[in-house]
Amino acid sequence: MRLLGIFLASALAALAQVDPEYVIPKENPSASPEDLKAGEKLFLGQCASCHGPKGEGGKGAVLGQPRLRHAPDDAALFVVIRDGIKGTDMPGGYALTTHETWQVAAYVRSLGRMAHENVPGDASRGREIFRAKGCGGCHIVSGEGGSLGPELTEIGAKRSSKHLRTVLMDPEKELPEGFLMVRLVTGDGRNIRGVRLNEDTFTIQVRDTSGHVYSFVKPDLKELHKDEGKSPMPSFKSLPAGETDDLVAYLVSLRGKP
Amino acid sequence: MKLFFAIAALPLVLPGQVSYERIRQGDPKDWLTYSGTYDAQRFSRLDKINASNVKRLRPLWVYQIKANDSFETSPLIADGIMYVSEPGGSVTALDTVTGRSLWKYRHDVPKGVRGCCSPVNRGVAILGDMVYVGTFDAHLIALDIKSGIVRWDAEVADPKLGNSITAAPLALKDKIVVGMAGGEYGVRGFLDAYDAKTGKRAWRFWTVPAKGEPGFETWSGDSAKTGSATTWVTGAYDPDQNIVFWGTGNPGPDWNGDHRLGDNLYSDCLLALDGDTGKLKWYFQFTPHDLHDWDSTEVPVLAEATVRGQKRKVVLFGNRNAFYYVLDRESGKFLAGKDYAKQTWAKGLDDSGRPILLPNAEPTAEGTKVYPDVGGGTNWFSPSFNPQTNLFYVSAHDAGGYFLKGEAEYKPGAQFNGGGLKPIPGEDHIGAIRALNPATGDLKWEFKLHSGSWAGVLSTAGNLVFGSSNEGDFYALDATAGKLLWRFQTGGPIIANPVTYLSDGKQQVAIAAGNSIFVFALDE
Repeated sequence: MRLLGIFLASALAALAQVDPEYVIPKENPSASPEDLKAGEKLFLGQCASCHGPKGEGGKGAVLGQPRLRHAPDDAALFVVIRDGIKGTDMPGGYALTTHETWQVAAYVRSLGRMAHENVPGDASRGREIFRAKGCGGCHIVSGEGGSLGPELTEIGAKRSSKHLRTVLMDPEKELPEGFLMVRLVTGDGRNIRGVRLNEDTFTIQVRDTSGHVYSFVKPDLKELHKDEGKSPMPSFKSLPAGETDDLVAYLVSLRGKP
Repeated sequence: MKLFFAIAALPLVLPGQVSYERIRQGDPKDWLTYSGTYDAQRFSRLDKINASNVKRLRPLWVYQIKANDSFETSPLIADGIMYVSEPGGSVTALDTVTGRSLWKYRHDVPKGVRGCCSPVNRGVAILGDMVYVGTFDAHLIALDIKSGIVRWDAEVADPKLGNSITAAPLALKDKIVVGMAGGEYGVRGFLDAYDAKTGKRAWRFWTVPAKGEPGFETWSGDSAKTGSATTWVTGAYDPDQNIVFWGTGNPGPDWNGDHRLGDNLYSDCLLALDGDTGKLKWYFQFTPHDLHDWDSTEVPVLAEATVRGQKRKVVLFGNRNAFYYVLDRESGKFLAGKDYAKQTWAKGLDDSGRPILLPNAEPTAEGTKVYPDVGGGTNWFSPSFNPQTNLFYVSAHDAGGYFLKGEAEYKPGAQFNGGGLKPIPGEDHIGAIRALNPATGDLKWEFKLHSGSWAGVLSTAGNLVFGSSNEGDFYALDATAGKLLWRFQTGGPIIANPVTYLSDGKQQVAIAAGNSIFVFALDE
């Protein structure tokens, strides 16, 4: 039995086109525009059903981000695509050749790369405006700030300047995935407004605007309203145009650790 | 040494012979086949736990597995021993009084074997003195029921081409029927039966016909070669007619039908096969020329129902395409059907049960918004039919999604999808447990859930329906009215079917949640 298993494993390894002698280079050797194109085609055929055609995620992880948890560098990304991730639904692309695996890797990397944009405005002035306007009261940047709103440490690598400008002008136009404000009245008549942390059929967990965390059994509540599309973030429409440019430039410059 | 004596001192229950007659009779003290009984009703005649005392239900023991893969087993119980399959195809026998393991068969999936999804396993079969498990590398293995030692090992299909086994096998009189998965790899689907004693293949039914066979003309060009139509969920059995009922999966490639014009038989069908020979008695196709990956591998439920004033033997089928069907069990004729979950692709069903298609539901390069999404109105997780309340219970989903069409180039062992999927931004994936009139599909009641549950339901003579949630809740509803009676937070997503049985004369309910089996009993 054991022997059969070993035999089968080696037979499969041969088919998987995995050369055990292959030394994985640190950088992707197949990242030309042609490779990228070929990688996109393979990705659409074999990966997009879970990860979305642009890596926007679905059943599989969001790939349109600069840092991939299981693939911090190109060599790690190659291994993930070739072998899959044990203990998850991510299968290995074992019918891909080594060259094709690199092509897919090139495409995956391109999904998470938000090009450095040339934006008008001065990032260091923007940083001062960020401070003066109290943005840090709700947003963490590099470990500092409040946690009601999304962390912004790497926001420049994740979002375009256009998106950031839109959100500054009209925060409710593009809310972060899964963000929901709720208003509720407890059994003893207290009014609470906050961000939903978690929810199931029977219970809901909320953090209010001053940071208190609550957990409620739904039938115990007198009222529960979900403010879909609402955000507690103020609009910065009234900011002079130059200052908005500075603020956007600062946000674009936030790209986490190099 | 001391430990050994301590164990030896316990009153051990010895596993006995699980004869075909025992499975056929379906004594509710055991749970001897995937859906409890051959009719696949997932209904138990036990009523010790009932609507008036279920509030006292408490966890009795927990068994944890070491794998991180999705734990989707539906355990079997014979003579107080629980047989649990684990990801990949490992099996553990547990004493239901203490939760302690009696033996373990460890199956290591060879490196390099990959199916469409993680190496899940949904359960075992039992017959005589053997336990049968299908493995992720597409073997069917017979284990000695007393020790877990391998008696025989049969290779069902070549895993290198994307074939795998995730379903529980089904034991007939002297044969073990087993289905296979791999519909995302352009495989050719089939259903197999093996001699229970020797492991020799007794028959195979190819779900995609070969040239010259009936049905081949429903595939254009060479498309039948990569037609898929896999058989990855356990079916039902009618011992009186000796007919195996089994659902089939989507045609390949999933979302691009340009090169497989035609109805694509026998994809998305219910098959009625002779138990001795595997010969086709009849088929019913739910979704001809499927373009949305709506496998018809849901569990077919055998029951009697009065349809349009006439009492009949029927098959009840809650399909992934969001329609509920009532079929005549002897002829496969369509008797009734209607949608039970949100759908935007068909105007309804015609007199023969064929969907009347709505325009603009086909996948496109930009993406077409369609309800249900790829997960379907329901999926592989089991429904339940309760003959006492005369209701059909199903975990229903009301979510839509974007279907994208892309190129599909067949390459052995590679995914062969022909497109992709996108969620609808900002739309919640809602669902409910629904109770339907079995003869019509009309809604009797629903219990709304925060999100569409990927777990099956169990109904009992205690007027209870047990259900679960993605958020880890295991709960009991009043079977007549759908009112919540009890719930327990297990701490992990539930993607499995519940079972119930007697242990030492006391009723227990078991469910796999997260990476554990939770067993509940009344607090005494």
